[in-house]
Amino acid sequence: MTAAVLTEPATPGQSGTHRTRRRAFGGGNPIVYGLALVVVAVTVGPVLYGVLGGFRTNAQLAENPAGLPDPWVLTNYAKVLTSGTFWQYALNSTVIAVTTTAIVVVFGIMAAYPLARYQFRGREQLFLVFVLGLLFPVTVAIIPLFILVTGSLHLGNTWWGVALPQAAFALPMTVVILRPFLQALPDELEEAALLDGASRIGFFWRILVPLSGPGMVTVGVLAFVGSWNAYLLPLLLLQGDMKTLPLGVADFSSEHASDTAGVFAFTTLAMIPALVFFLAMQKRIVNGLQGAVKG
Amino acid sequence: MPDRTAEVADRDAPSASSTPSVPSAGRTSVRPAGGGPGGRRRTGSQWRKRLEILFFTAPALILFTLFVVWPIIKAVQFSFYRWKGFGPLVDFVGLKNYVSVLQNDVFIGALEHNLIVVVMSIVLQLPLGLAIALLLNRRMRGQGTLRTIIFVPYVLAEVIAGVVWFQLLQPQYGVIDTLLGAVGLHGPEQGFLGTPKYALMTVIVVLTWKYLGLAVLLFLAGLQSVPDELYEAAQIDGAGWWETQRRIAIPLLGPTIRTWAFLSMIGSLQLFDMVWILTGGGPANATTTMATFLVTEGTKRHNFGIASAASVILFVVALVLALTYQRFVLRRDLQPSRTHKAKKVTR
Repeated sequence: MTAAVLTEPATPGQSGTHRTRRRAFGGGNPIVYGLALVVVAVTVGPVLYGVLGGFRTNAQLAENPAGLPDPWVLTNYAKVLTSGTFWQYALNSTVIAVTTTAIVVVFGIMAAYPLARYQFRGREQLFLVFVLGLLFPVTVAIIPLFILVTGSLHLGNTWWGVALPQAAFALPMTVVILRPFLQALPDELEEAALLDGASRIGFFWRILVPLSGPGMVTVGVLAFVGSWNAYLLPLLLLQGDMKTLPLGVADFSSEHASDTAGVFAFTTLAMIPALVFFLAMQKRIVNGLQGAVKG
Repeated sequence: MPDRTAEVADRDAPSASSTPSVPSAGRTSVRPAGGGPGGRRRTGSQWRKRLEILFFTAPALILFTLFVVWPIIKAVQFSFYRWKGFGPLVDFVGLKNYVSVLQNDVFIGALEHNLIVVVMSIVLQLPLGLAIALLLNRRMRGQGTLRTIIFVPYVLAEVIAGVVWFQLLQPQYGVIDTLLGAVGLHGPEQGFLGTPKYALMTVIVVLTWKYLGLAVLLFLAGLQSVPDELYEAAQIDGAGWWETQRRIAIPLLGPTIRTWAFLSMIGSLQLFDMVWILTGGGPANATTTMATFLVTEGTKRHNFGIASAASVILFVVALVLALTYQRFVLRRDLQPSRTHKAKKVTR
């Protein structure tokens, strides 16, 4: 089951099964392609419309909403890119997402290690604490969190104020994905290391951490995307120059509601980082989600 | 189960060195110097082990306690007080907040909307997702690219998807109304999002667009883990494409579908971002969810007691749903995997 997360290096075998599948069912007929085309059109249509809309003027959009840019104008994009606030928001989003990811990965793998490879009383109960954490969305705790972060900790409107709670809420998923991953590493490795005189901490740093690279990247990517796209917590905690891109997009959309082209340009630029990150890390995200479901 | 046997094994270890075969049966990992005689070293290594466990788990546990456990406990506490967010918690009102939340038509409406979203998400996404996954699981050019494209909406922030759809759905000037006009149909006067009758359904359609990619991706992964021999055997037996899917692929996809449905339900109960962007809960509270209700009460009206009671109710609803689902649906999937694991250990 957990093999789903671990099959990464076995891609040649996978493509082999693909080939047999292809022989088994040759179904690439025109109807299939036609249907696939419809699915693609519906899926990317709205996104593409937004991207193209950014290259049009409001007059063009009002005159013929379903048309193409004619002529193409760059002013909407240029205005956003030279505005400063966009870059400030992008910086905030980046710092918060990187901080969240770093905390989640380091704390997560540390916690998953004893839960996976130590025998001790209460281990399953401790694991259950994290599993139950999956059931608590940030929504449930949002009011006390707001009071805790802005009041007691004086972290309101700071990067840390958002990153720390986000990391805490991402921990359960991380531990739940990483534990089976660490359990699946063969016992022989540990025996060999211990025979060679390594301590368990030494085993953790020198063998376990390097070997669990793929698992850490997976949970890291999930944490990053989660933080990058988060809305509710930043909405309550961040104001002014500290806002993240989703907040910026929502603000821009409500403040410049009549400037449709401008909204499209701002939104398009805000989605680029997530899309690029996704394309670069696609395999990891896909594996992570599948691992989470199958694990 | 495994830790219990290990515990027993621990206690037995010093005396049972002559019969090593018994305690080692249930072990999954090897402990260092554990078999060595000499009680003193043993207790020393026990302490060392405890310290190591503490060292590794403490950072995560502290963070988790401070930002997850503590706020949730506070939420439960707040829910018993009338509190506007300043001054001490003194106005204890017992269950009054819960009563007033449960008698509040807006909250009951929100709960209904959440449940409608739970059901409709599955009703819409399951057949569509299955159909697309089966479609993509055939031999075709560009399968990888197609899969990537279908997954794109899932990666976008709900806010970003929401803002784009909000523009598309603008009454009259939006592209959706224009396209409808081109085929002779008229969108509602106030737009799909501005008309109470259509607003919730429109939000659900946008959510389907956003989350269908996840269903397709997971189903496709499930389909591709079906051994080819099964397909080949079915083919040899003369089964056609559809019959093979219906009799082999879809039943084998069962566990994936059940887990996906679980994630989908939990997500639907927590729905906030998309609604907040598209409608803000309106028009006339036609699209409020439990989350938008509690955020409005908490941050706009500063009724922290009411908001906390609502959040506790939200959690209880999610918990009851999760436990019921676990009990009646997921159990089937968990059982075999457990026996499978046990087999692996005893081997």
